[in-house]
Amino acid sequence: MTPAIRVRGLVKTYPGKPPVEAVRGLDLDVAAGECFALLGPNGAGKTTTLEIVEGLLDPTAGEVEVLGLRWNADAAAIRRRIGISLQETRLSDKLTVRETVTLFRSFYPSGPTPAEAIAAVGLEEKARTYTDKLSGGQRQRLAVATALAGDPELLFLDEPTTGLDPQSRRQLWDVIRSVKGRGRTVVLTTHYMDEAERLCDRVAVVDHGKVIALGTPAELIARVGGEHVIDLDFDPTSTARPAPGEFEKLPTVTSVRSEGDRVTLTAAEPHRALPAVLDLVRAAGAMVAGLTTRTATLEDVFVTLTGRHLRDNEA
Amino acid sequence: MSPLWQLTLARLREFYREPAALFWVYGFPLVLALALGLAFREQPVPAAPVDVQTDPSDPAATEKLREVLAADPGLKVAVHDAATAKQRLRTSKTDLVVIPGPGGSAAEFVYDSTRTEGVLARNAVDRVLVRAANPSFPTPPEATVSEPGSRYIDFLIPGLLGINLLAGGLFGVGFAVGDLRVRKLLKRFAATPMRRSDFLVSLMLSRLVFTLLDVLLLLGFAYLAFDIRVRGSPLALAVLIAAGGAAFAGLGLLIGSRAKTLETVAGLVNALLLPMYVLSGVFFSASRFPEEVQPFIRLLPLTAVNDGLRAVMNDGAGFEAIGYPLLVVAVWGGLSFAIALRIFRWR
Repeated sequence: MTPAIRVRGLVKTYPGKPPVEAVRGLDLDVAAGECFALLGPNGAGKTTTLEIVEGLLDPTAGEVEVLGLRWNADAAAIRRRIGISLQETRLSDKLTVRETVTLFRSFYPSGPTPAEAIAAVGLEEKARTYTDKLSGGQRQRLAVATALAGDPELLFLDEPTTGLDPQSRRQLWDVIRSVKGRGRTVVLTTHYMDEAERLCDRVAVVDHGKVIALGTPAELIARVGGEHVIDLDFDPTSTARPAPGEFEKLPTVTSVRSEGDRVTLTAAEPHRALPAVLDLVRAAGAMVAGLTTRTATLEDVFVTLTGRHLRDNEA
Repeated sequence: MSPLWQLTLARLREFYREPAALFWVYGFPLVLALALGLAFREQPVPAAPVDVQTDPSDPAATEKLREVLAADPGLKVAVHDAATAKQRLRTSKTDLVVIPGPGGSAAEFVYDSTRTEGVLARNAVDRVLVRAANPSFPTPPEATVSEPGSRYIDFLIPGLLGINLLAGGLFGVGFAVGDLRVRKLLKRFAATPMRRSDFLVSLMLSRLVFTLLDVLLLLGFAYLAFDIRVRGSPLALAVLIAAGGAAFAGLGLLIGSRAKTLETVAGLVNALLLPMYVLSGVFFSASRFPEEVQPFIRLLPLTAVNDGLRAVMNDGAGFEAIGYPLLVVAVWGGLSFAIALRIFRWR
């Protein structure tokens, strides 16, 4: 089966002083029918990569195939078969939801009726509402409806839920799941790890313009050395603390990360690691403000790989 | 569901659903025309104020002179002492001070020779005195005429029509395209199979509809309020308006072809609009500018359009009068479109 997307050695350098290397040698394979996430912090090169694949930007170097076709030869054919929701598109204020979708539908040779596309994103009741009267979540679902207007085989969503409230995010996830349920390929960018974990079959972690990890969410989490995480918070007034190296020697502990008053351990078997951790703390005479155990997330993956948090850049 | 129709419809809807935009595009020019038409309406030439300076040594001569001058309806005569008369002349309350001579004659005229009113008053007083002295000199009969199309409002309406076409093209296309780019809608459109030509033609079609409304409204208003008619060929007028409108839409497209912010568009619109507002004969004739800059002014597209509109509307001309205007707007429009399409930025 033809892969939905095949990218080899993608490079994008923006001219300037100094030149900005947004993408530095990125490879990507997305199979037909899967939901694929590009996960990374702001400025990692996710959007640049996506826009090159969408045919909106020219790469500085590298090969891009979309649905087995190339942009320089078959741009019109690719555009008919993909749907796109850009980051921050402001659709015309004074057009209604129905008029907006009808406009986009008219660009495609085939696809659902405007009413069907509106129903697919659950905006039936807002069909006659001007877009400037929609909430942020409704606007985002309208953007997805315009992307679905041509019944695309491949749907691109650039940060579809950024800035939305939890309920709106879940509504949008339902829309994305139903698209995937109809056998369509979905590629999205996000800096929310829970979004990637819940929606996507595979995740590429992108940082500084490169894929630094690739796999299913479970594989990536397994790679950080265990599914279980222990967060240990020391009392800020307590100066006596065990050295990080001492934690690494404890049974089943696979990694140790120290940040301020918090030490984060990953452990294969928490029932064996926890008593040892407490013994160590007591022996050092340290005061503990809190201790939690939880399941590892993609956030832990990212921090382990880069030493930074996904959303460091956000205010 | 044709994309061209949908794109055009979207442009029309976005416009007529903004009441503020409707007023500034359609209401404001009418208000302007009404205000200027009333301010500069036809009035009979007022009587010239003339002062007779009192001569304390010969009050009879003063009174005699006043009597002679007051008999003429074109003069408004007052009597003042020397100091007051001088003050009144300096402040333009009077146009001419006449110092009486013996037996109702004038000994001296005092006036400002650089003021038209002063010269006219001098001539009028002189004529009255000469005629009073020669009652037998024959008076030819007078026949006054009022030529249609010669009022200020007749001059103004074609100018307003021209500037509306220009502003409509620059704002209606330049701003619209800039706004679509700022909103990233151009980029969004570029990501669909939409034909680029459909998008550009839809811009032109929507401009055509707006221009048609604009022209009909302004001409209808001018007819109802000021009895202004098109005296020449309506077909030539329509062709000139269509060609001018298309060329100005091209200029608008050029302005909007790369601008990344609306502030840039606004600056470019002003840079084009303001000079032509002043130079191209909208409110007063472009021929008032010095001879050396006339060739340049005649090359401006708005000058060409305004001259053509006035020739057809006021002078009753036909196609023979719009050859040069059509040539000028064709060059401007053609170049603008060619450059705009070459440098147009979709993102």
